[in-house]
Amino acid sequence: MAKNLTPVWNKVAKHAMLPETTHDERARYNFLSNLNKHLAHVSHGTKTAYETRVVPKFRKKHGRDIQNRTELKEAIEKDPHYQIWSSLRRSTMEMRQQAGRSLTLRQATSLRDKASALNEGKSTLVLNPEVKVPEYLLAVDNHIMPGSYHTELLEGDVTPAANYDSGIFVTTAGLIGRYNDGGGKAITTWVRQNYPEFKPKRILDIGCGLGHNVLPIAKAYPDAEIIAIDTGAPMLRYGHARAMDLGYKNVTFMQMDAAKTIFEDESFDWIQSTMFLHETGGKSIYNIMDEVYRLLKPGGLTLHIEQPQYTDDMSEYEKFMRDWDALNNSEPYWSKMHDIDPVELMAASGFKKEDFMQIGAKAENDLIEGGVNEEEPEDFGRSPIWNVFGAIKK
Amino acid sequence: MEEELDYIKLASNKSKGKRPYFHDDHAVERVLNITMAIAGELAVIRERMDSIERLLEKNGTVSREDIENFVPETPEQEEQRQSWHSEYISRVLRIVQQEQEEMENPDKSIEEIANDINEM
Repeated sequence: MAKNLTPVWNKVAKHAMLPETTHDERARYNFLSNLNKHLAHVSHGTKTAYETRVVPKFRKKHGRDIQNRTELKEAIEKDPHYQIWSSLRRSTMEMRQQAGRSLTLRQATSLRDKASALNEGKSTLVLNPEVKVPEYLLAVDNHIMPGSYHTELLEGDVTPAANYDSGIFVTTAGLIGRYNDGGGKAITTWVRQNYPEFKPKRILDIGCGLGHNVLPIAKAYPDAEIIAIDTGAPMLRYGHARAMDLGYKNVTFMQMDAAKTIFEDESFDWIQSTMFLHETGGKSIYNIMDEVYRLLKPGGLTLHIEQPQYTDDMSEYEKFMRDWDALNNSEPYWSKMHDIDPVELMAASGFKKEDFMQIGAKAENDLIEGGVNEEEPEDFGRSPIWNVFGAIKK
Repeated sequence: MEEELDYIKLASNKSKGKRPYFHDDHAVERVLNITMAIAGELAVIRERMDSIERLLEKNGTVSREDIENFVPETPEQEEQRQSWHSEYISRVLRIVQQEQEEMENPDKSIEEIANDINEM
């Protein structure tokens, strides 16, 4: 699309589970993804406001520079450009949720029935009502998505996943591909390029959600047995039905807490998470990593796609802006996880520091020609450019 | 018979956690949210008009079903429709852009310029 416009929503790949949309519902998504894109430019103005107004005013008052994020927050909150950018962004995200939920909830029953028809009698969907939704998920509605991933408005509900699947295109302004799988594709390409001899037999995806990022792995390794786990039953019902319709045969979706799985020690060759760990909790993340270590075979690979960690050379402004999204788009643990050193996190579970690896990954996007997104103004926490960390267990 | 969900109400639910406000006066934020929602609905109507025009141009007639199913048929049509959204948003948020330009290149007031010109 010329002039760096967002793709139209109807380019999203159709499958049996994707909610039906009226003309106006598609138009609303188009408006919102364009608005999101526009706000990236307004966000750039926030930096200008910070440099030309907020910092000089602080210096004048205190005779010194801003020293931490608390001072920064207090100072920038009074700036009118910061205020309008923030309120517009929050409003856009709320409207995106409203748009997705209104089109999804009106067809909740038919979506539930479609999923149950595709799922019925399949051994590749294993739900377990005994599994408790972890406290860290009950405490907040991630992405200001009312009801989060687990709430069921009717028996057999799939609407949280249908809302997520149809609307993430809007949140990312179409930057993660027709199947919302830009992250999964990027990691698959990286693994194949760097470990061409790696032939995993058993792969575990933790916190799989609706499975959009595990499917590229399943496609790349058709002979592997792939297990995708999540605690949210609506996500698994929808994800499994979606995978069935898209023709995937080698993925089993299971309801399970990533910190307390039922699998045997050293039973997986590859354990993957994609944008999952930042939606966990400060203690749980260590329990989950312990479990990853326990489940991984010697010589096995684990990779975790996340947003960049905070480093000493990152400016307080950048840290603040990344926190903004974490706090105001309700992914609150993200604002804490930023300060964890992933090397320490993995070492605490038994991984050796010398086996730690860290790479950058950029979404592969089949919505645009060439598959690589154009340069955008830095829009903290929104760009589909990620940090991947992990290790090979020795 | 299963009870139907009150999807209209449910769709507009709030999420957990106190809603953050950014403007000093919450009323400003309330009005801004309502205004942006209306801006969105106008964009929806405009896209619908565009669809109707294209259908009429092509078929000489139009049905509601045609409208519900219409999606842009060529990359040119996609671009035209997305350009419209982009232009429209830029127009609605014009003052924000102008303030941003002012920040990047601080200007004299017109009164000051009047005094300057008086000396030219």
